Amino acid sequence: MVIDAISNGIVLDHIRAGRSMELYHILNLDKLQCSVAVLKNVTSKKMGRKDIIKIDEIIDLNFDVLGYVDPGITVSIVRDGKLDRKFSVELPERVTNVIRCRNPRCITSTEQELPHIFKLTDREKRVYRCIYCESRAKGGD
Amino acid sequence: MKSVIDIRDLSTQDIEKLLNTALDIIADPGKYAQKCRGKKLATLFFEPSTRTRLSFEAAMYELGGNVLGVSEAQSSSASKGESVADTVQVVSCYADIIAMRHPKEGAPLVAAMNASVPVINAGDGGHNHPTQTLADLLTIWREKGRLDDLVIGLCGDLKFGRTVHSLIAAMSRYRNVKFVLISPEELRLPGYIRKDVMEKNGIVYEETTDLVDAMPALDVLYMTRVQKERFFNEADYVRLKDSYILTPEKLKNARNDMCIMHPLPRVNEISVAVDKDPRAAYFRQVLNGKYMRMALIMKLLGVN
Repeated sequence: MVIDAISNGIVLDHIRAGRSMELYHILNLDKLQCSVAVLKNVTSKKMGRKDIIKIDEIIDLNFDVLGYVDPGITVSIVRDGKLDRKFSVELPERVTNVIRCRNPRCITSTEQELPHIFKLTDREKRVYRCIYCESRAKGGD
Repeated sequence: MKSVIDIRDLSTQDIEKLLNTALDIIADPGKYAQKCRGKKLATLFFEPSTRTRLSFEAAMYELGGNVLGVSEAQSSSASKGESVADTVQVVSCYADIIAMRHPKEGAPLVAAMNASVPVINAGDGGHNHPTQTLADLLTIWREKGRLDDLVIGLCGDLKFGRTVHSLIAAMSRYRNVKFVLISPEELRLPGYIRKDVMEKNGIVYEETTDLVDAMPALDVLYMTRVQKERFFNEADYVRLKDSYILTPEKLKNARNDMCIMHPLPRVNEISVAVDKDPRAAYFRQVLNGKYMRMALIMKLLGVN
């Protein structure tokens, strides 16, 4: 299967196999006018199987969302056919409006306009807790 | 520091200073009678808590300050749908410091993020109640003369009891503090507190279901209420409830200098007959709460 190389755009590589559509929706890639390629179950030496997303335009991406959903994703930004920047995303210290607090006793349950903010409290176990009520959400899983 | 929402907002040094201030207030209250003259405390109590509200109000009056406030949600603009953020921005225009109690967890944090004056969390649902913990610390200090080298028994509802969770977090900072966790199986301390707070800090603890067995080793016995609604069925509640009611008989093997604490209100978990025992410190604990609130108000207002 052949997907054209992009000259100006973003490649999200090393996505855990099966997570690409979740990212596609969270990042609102369905709203873009440009070409977006979602490759699923690509053979990978490092991971066995992986997903890849190619976006044919340089857009503002929320890297915290990427890091929360799947830390370890490699982001490559391509300009004029050349690799401009390549980096791995990490678990973010704090995510805003990515996870929703499900605790009915939390202030966010009654005050709809409050941002839902979670902070990383245990990097090893990927534990995020609501900053208001400290209820636990688990990173990405 | 601007606000106190969680006991963890205070460092060990902060707590030590607050304890020293409280002890100085006790020694010479007249010296503090005008410290907050001209200052106003707003007590925003969105759920009823007469005890805590009166303690804050008494604290402010004894510092020579004034108090304004609402004591129930129905009498405030919250009943019209005003957000916590808007309420505290308005109240910041009138008061120098806010004490807030709210049924929703995290509401005082939202207040602190939006107010232009310091906010003290006076209890947010079952979540945090830092000034209760400050009262507990001063009580232990005054009754035992130290905050380290102690065996502390926590008895009753350790699963939902917020005062117990905060006390563990605060006492875990001190050297050689051992906890004995006394509760029915259904109301054991949550695993994340045992692992994340106690085991992480190398705190020694043991768990038991038997209060009488645990008694001889304790320096402090902190009682909480075992509530009927926490049980899945009434039969279990009826079977267990008497095991966690403190009576003079159960105190027979306790140390002579053990200190008995309770965050109050008490329902029936400590027999009234225990009140006469000199080791019963729970009413002194209430008074200590007022002194610590005075010390905290002064600290947050920058008054020396």
